Amino acid sequence: MLGLVAAALIAINLYTDWLQPLRERLAGFVAPFYWVTGTPERVGDWAGEQWRTREELLEENSRLKRQVLLLEQRSQLLAAVKAENTQLKELMNSADTVDERVLVAQIIGISPDPLEHVLLIDKGRDDGVELGTPIMDASGLLGQVIEAGDSSSRVLLITDASHAIPVQVLRNSVRAVAEGTGDLYRLKLRHLANTSDIREGDLLLSSGLGGRFPAGYPVGEVISVQRDPGRAFAEAEVQPRGRMNRSRFVLAVIGDRNDSLGTE
Amino acid sequence: MEPNNRWFIAATVLVALLLAVMPLPHHWLWFRPAFTALLVIFWITRMPQSLGVGFAWLVGLLEDLVTGATLGTHALALAVLAYFSLLTYRRTRAFNPAQQLLWVFVLVGINQVVGNWVHSLAGKPVPGLTFLWPALTSALLWPWVAPGLSVMAGRLQVR
Repeated sequence: MLGLVAAALIAINLYTDWLQPLRERLAGFVAPFYWVTGTPERVGDWAGEQWRTREELLEENSRLKRQVLLLEQRSQLLAAVKAENTQLKELMNSADTVDERVLVAQIIGISPDPLEHVLLIDKGRDDGVELGTPIMDASGLLGQVIEAGDSSSRVLLITDASHAIPVQVLRNSVRAVAEGTGDLYRLKLRHLANTSDIREGDLLLSSGLGGRFPAGYPVGEVISVQRDPGRAFAEAEVQPRGRMNRSRFVLAVIGDRNDSLGTE
Repeated sequence: MEPNNRWFIAATVLVALLLAVMPLPHHWLWFRPAFTALLVIFWITRMPQSLGVGFAWLVGLLEDLVTGATLGTHALALAVLAYFSLLTYRRTRAFNPAQQLLWVFVLVGINQVVGNWVHSLAGKPVPGLTFLWPALTSALLWPWVAPGLSVMAGRLQVR
């Protein structure tokens, strides 16, 4: 009897999304488990922070100051480029601009299931995170939110075997779809035309097609292309840019999609 | 059931759930013992009159929620496991340690097979027989888990 109920639950869960609201409601119950099991790591981090010498701190401080200077200079450049871009888009009478707000979130847990690449982060609906919110770290896209609770959410990484993201090559805007492989350090481009111009070392950006991810964020770098004349399609292996396994803090990109032009 | 019992059982379930989501290095995830399965075998073998398939089902559902698995995966697997443990609890009690270890391997193996079946329904790639590793690690853990819980339960007079 209970077996039947469980089987029914599984079926409902797999083939519909009726249970999604329930799971999101119960996220508040789930998060404490990850918080508790994450305690040793947090204590370790805290201890590491506490027992640093003055020299180390000073050195880090000056390094950060240099970095801020560099980044500020770059962001000034960017502002000019952005203004120019908006102007050009207005001239061409095209395309919406996306105004993005970024939220820093902390990873509080990783899924215990080795078959899925899912993270738990400490931000939820209360902070503006929604279903499908893109998550990235300093170097590239990590994934998207698949379950948003009130104050925590689950993030599916782009390397999960069930994930795929539309991308384009930075060099020439060739489009493709990068699929997760279940390996934390590999994505795959399947079904590339044999003649398509993709090379080793090409940087892939999110293309924004499909409407889930904003355009222009780095996804990964092509590390090898296999062209087999006997096969209908070429394949390419991609190393993701985001550090799937190492990030501690991530950024949630909360986009207010504006149809009006020229918003800053 | 006496309240004392209830609290102790709830506490062990909580600990098992915590262990089930404890962060491990990525390559070790395959070897995480099925703590809830061990717990269900232990409690059902110890008090088959008051705990049964329903208890296992509930523990499984909680585990599904906490681990974020497809709802019902662990519930189904643990319910099946509980059914077999109920059928065989007399034998399990009479087994010598080596036989018990082997039997726990089989039981947790059944649990893993059911779980794996749901995984493949969900379209997740399952590489070979790797899903049976937890059965092995769980069986190797049994000689420590069972007497440990036994002693604690004895102190607290859980019957």
